[in-house]
Amino acid sequence: MTNTSPVTKADKARLEAESRNATKAQLYEFWYYFSQNKGAVVGLIVFSLLVLMAVFAPLVAPHNPDIQYRDSFLVPPVWEEGGKAAFLLGTDAVGRDMLSRLIFGARFSLFIGVVVVSIALVGGVVLGLIAGYVRGTVDTFIMRIMDIILAFPSLLLALVLVAILGPGLINAMIAIALVLQPHFVRLTRAAVMSERSRDYVIAAKVAGAGHFRLMFKTILPNCVAPLIVQATLSFSNAILDAAALGFLGMGAQPPTPEWGTMLAEAREFILRAWWVVTFPGLAILITVLAINLVGDGLRDALDPKLKRS
Amino acid sequence: MFRFLFGRLGLLIPTFFGVTLVAFSFIRLLPGDPLDLLAGERGISPERKAQLLAQMGFDKPLWRQYIDYVAGIFQGDLGTSFASKKPVLDEFMTLFPATAELALCAIILAVCLGIPAGIFAAVKRGSIADQAVMGTALIGYSMPIFWWGLLLIILFSGILQWTPVSGRISLLYFFPQPTGFMLIDSLLSGEKGAFLSAVRHLILPSIVLATIPLAVIARQTRSAMLEVLGEDYVRTARAKGLPPSSVIGLHALRNALIPVVTTIGLQVGVLLAGAILTETIFSWPGIGKWLVDSISRRDYFVVQGGLLLIAGIIMLVNLIVDVLYGLINPRIRYN
Amino acid sequence: MNFQKSLKATLLGASLAVIAATGASAKTLVYCSEGSPEGFDTALYTAGTTFDASSKPVYNRLVEFKRGTTEVLPGLAESWEVSEDGLEYTFNLRKGVKFHTTSFFTPTRDFNAEDVVFSFERQLKKDNPWHEYTPGAAWEYFNGMSMPDLIKEIVKVDDYTVKFVLNRPEAPMVANLAMDFASILSAEYADKLAAAGTKEQLNQEPVGTGPFTFVGYQKDAVIRYKAFADYWNGKQPVDDLVFAITPDAAVRLQKLKAGECHVMPYPAPADVADIRDDSDLTMMEQQGLNVGYLAYNTKVAPFDKAEVRKALNHAINKQAILDAVFQGSGQAAKNPIPPTMWSYNDAVEDDDYNPDLAKEMLEAAGVSDLSMKIWAMPVQRPYNPNARRMAEVIQADFAKIGVNVEIVSYEWGEYLSRSKEVDRDGAVLLGWTGDNGDPDNFLAVLLGCDGVGGSNRAQWCDENFEALIQKAKTVTDKAERTKLYEEAQVVFKEQAPWATIAHSVVFMPMSSKVTGYIMDPLGGHWFDGVDIAE
Repeated sequence: MTNTSPVTKADKARLEAESRNATKAQLYEFWYYFSQNKGAVVGLIVFSLLVLMAVFAPLVAPHNPDIQYRDSFLVPPVWEEGGKAAFLLGTDAVGRDMLSRLIFGARFSLFIGVVVVSIALVGGVVLGLIAGYVRGTVDTFIMRIMDIILAFPSLLLALVLVAILGPGLINAMIAIALVLQPHFVRLTRAAVMSERSRDYVIAAKVAGAGHFRLMFKTILPNCVAPLIVQATLSFSNAILDAAALGFLGMGAQPPTPEWGTMLAEAREFILRAWWVVTFPGLAILITVLAINLVGDGLRDALDPKLKRS
Repeated sequence: MFRFLFGRLGLLIPTFFGVTLVAFSFIRLLPGDPLDLLAGERGISPERKAQLLAQMGFDKPLWRQYIDYVAGIFQGDLGTSFASKKPVLDEFMTLFPATAELALCAIILAVCLGIPAGIFAAVKRGSIADQAVMGTALIGYSMPIFWWGLLLIILFSGILQWTPVSGRISLLYFFPQPTGFMLIDSLLSGEKGAFLSAVRHLILPSIVLATIPLAVIARQTRSAMLEVLGEDYVRTARAKGLPPSSVIGLHALRNALIPVVTTIGLQVGVLLAGAILTETIFSWPGIGKWLVDSISRRDYFVVQGGLLLIAGIIMLVNLIVDVLYGLINPRIRYN
Repeated sequence: MNFQKSLKATLLGASLAVIAATGASAKTLVYCSEGSPEGFDTALYTAGTTFDASSKPVYNRLVEFKRGTTEVLPGLAESWEVSEDGLEYTFNLRKGVKFHTTSFFTPTRDFNAEDVVFSFERQLKKDNPWHEYTPGAAWEYFNGMSMPDLIKEIVKVDDYTVKFVLNRPEAPMVANLAMDFASILSAEYADKLAAAGTKEQLNQEPVGTGPFTFVGYQKDAVIRYKAFADYWNGKQPVDDLVFAITPDAAVRLQKLKAGECHVMPYPAPADVADIRDDSDLTMMEQQGLNVGYLAYNTKVAPFDKAEVRKALNHAINKQAILDAVFQGSGQAAKNPIPPTMWSYNDAVEDDDYNPDLAKEMLEAAGVSDLSMKIWAMPVQRPYNPNARRMAEVIQADFAKIGVNVEIVSYEWGEYLSRSKEVDRDGAVLLGWTGDNGDPDNFLAVLLGCDGVGGSNRAQWCDENFEALIQKAKTVTDKAERTKLYEEAQVVFKEQAPWATIAHSVVFMPMSSKVTGYIMDPLGGHWFDGVDIAE
């Protein structure tokens, strides 16, 4: 026992170093392909800035987003006639600073994206793994339920779900996660089914790995690439859908500075105060665009088929 | 082929029943009820409420209500709108042409611009033109369309005053609507200017609704073209010295279009979801707005019937796409 | 089957549209309405939008409100008598009144007692063949005004005399008959539809005696009418009336400015100043017949003490609410009835905003560390454009006197039913819009003992107040009633079951060319007598 131990230890250290190197190489390769896509890099930079802005919102924002300056209703942006230097992007109908609300709004949108994707991803992966691994009745059952969810337009389904759960940010996120989930289930299931019969899985099975280990430790890591791409897609969809729900009055409730909700509140001023309508939408567009750019870059870097061409 | 068709239909049956079950349970889970809402501050006595709920069949056991509902579906009876007291199916039939007209115009716009844009970008791959087209497509794809619609209204209706703000046709015109499609009806009416007015009213909503499908189709066409252009037979055709236009037109395009057709089919759900927002912005009297209003009014049978009808349309279109795909590409049938 | 039916209906509508379109170069008044009517048989519905499109242009009632007031004038009845005991109302009907001739119906006789009996009995009698002619017919307004309990029978005395027999005296009865649900339909038209087996058409193609004839309706888009040439009160100055359904307030204004419509209701408060500045537009304004209030639960301690309620009332800064919530479209309320209503007691003194006094009063009442809930409704109402914001202002006000407020809200339907519960926790923001201009319609409905556990959200039952309003119900002399109601308002103010908050101001922007428009204190929109200057 004692004399074999140093050897094993050395072996182990060597193996670990090797795998570390391999991971490093993989990451390097990933970054190489990712950075080939200039758009993706720009997207990543913009996205990072948005994250920083959201995290440090109280430090960055010039005003408290909820304070109503009663003497400054609908002040235009600073460069327009009648603008005030204190309100760079103007104020809304009850005298709140637009810029500060937009900055705080970034928190909500990013939070929505993270939470929705987490719920949809975890739920979808688990269901997809089970469906693809177990097959049979369980598979049929799960996939039919996903078919049912996909038979409705996603926004309509989310709308009804929110009506049932009650309007609000949290309920909107749950509803959106539910309607985005089937894509993860389908993706995972397809990946699992193609991986299941591969040699390494069969080897692990022969070596006596349990179902749980097989599903999560052996198969799952090999399905990660398409899931990451889908997750980025869902991230931007979640932000758009949450904003749409807010716009229809069923998402975050005022006075929350969520961008979609701000747009809904601003609608009545569409023809006289362009800034209250323009900026929240622009914020949504920039955020979603940045994420989609990153998503395209990720797909290029992770999808071997496209890499080749 | 028939086995394939029946297989697909067989898959639809459980989904269909699932959809009925979902629509059925949703309205029973919605908090509040139409009677309280309708009575408003005036209120309604509990006895009278119970009586009216019984009139709508809500006093029966749940399983019985469900059976009645499904039996009704097969007889074309989806219940009565609580607000208007009219059959849900009749309301749907009067409003659906408006949505269909808008959606068709949008999809035609998306296809007519999206496919050429995608081909162009693929052929000019890597050029500035390619990047510009794909950049625009990505912006379109990231667009919050409810905001996009508002922007277009500000610009074209507010500042430039080129297009009307809302509605389907100018109030000056009033003519029979045998089809419900304003473009056709305005032509049939023979009234001068009616068709133009209908077109002017359609422009902005169509653009808004077409934005996302257009972007998706352009991107999809480009990547499908790139893939096909790299295939052996296209290289062979090129090597044989065929002119580039014939290579692209005859060989590549036909094959590249197969996944694009699927994409177009899948856009139907996107269009219907988009119609909810577009119709709300432009006061377009279609089913999207009808359903949103009915949800907030708790108009039970409209929500229940409307959900079913919309899901039915999506399932039907998906089936057609599936079958078409199976026809074009026989390999799929055996998967 | 159903598709064919709807196709047939479309074609039918089409043929009448052609007839209408031939009357070229006519004077057309376009009204940008805020929503779609639910149907055209007024009595089936309760929404003002539906009334604007059905009962007001198309129908008449036995008696009518004098335009711009809540005073009752003869309508289809030329005169009426009330029996000594107040139980019998006899109406003498106007002769020679014509029903509309349309593409779908040609009347063969003038209006008579048959039509009156038909219009009411279908709502009253369960065995009437028209009682459930369309699924879900509930006659909600008729029921809401307690008509089934009140009316014993409706008797046709002769062709031009109708007698209403009541179960108990009811002073507001005549005013009730001027309401929209009391519109008179054609019995002959109904018989024709019944014979043809198309009863539901009654709700889709209305025939009445009113100033405008219904021409056609495109769902959620346009309703068309034309002036009725044989109208008993003279033909209208305009030839055509069009409702362009435009739910969005900003879009309505845009259309008004572009000349696409002549009159619009409900401008966004934010646009009011802008409209005033526009020289092409005029804006009429009027106090709405409504009240917004905060109702304490007088059955729950410590709100069962009048001193506590009174103290809290002193803590509310109404001016801040008017500024932040109403943005100039409101007026502070001191009485539970609006100032435009007869018997409004202007002598009543409001509880002024005085946080120090409020604090003292609370201490004197032995209340400290008070925590309470305030309910804020989730929807916009005429008497309260933004309940949540209102609740936030009150929350801040109460915090100043050391009262801690939690704001709660429910879905609207649930809010309405839950707030009725006698043991409800918290004070409720709510309001009321008048139906018929009678004070009884506010005071008895909202504060009477019968309303406890129902429309009386304060759960308040005061002996003195109840005696006054019950007496006022049975007396028919208006001067005497006025006195009783004025006294009731004094009792109300002393006892303070509510904090009265505001009455809204209603704005009506229109093109400067429009003449003769008169605002309705009851909130309806009428277009008879309206003209467009060239």
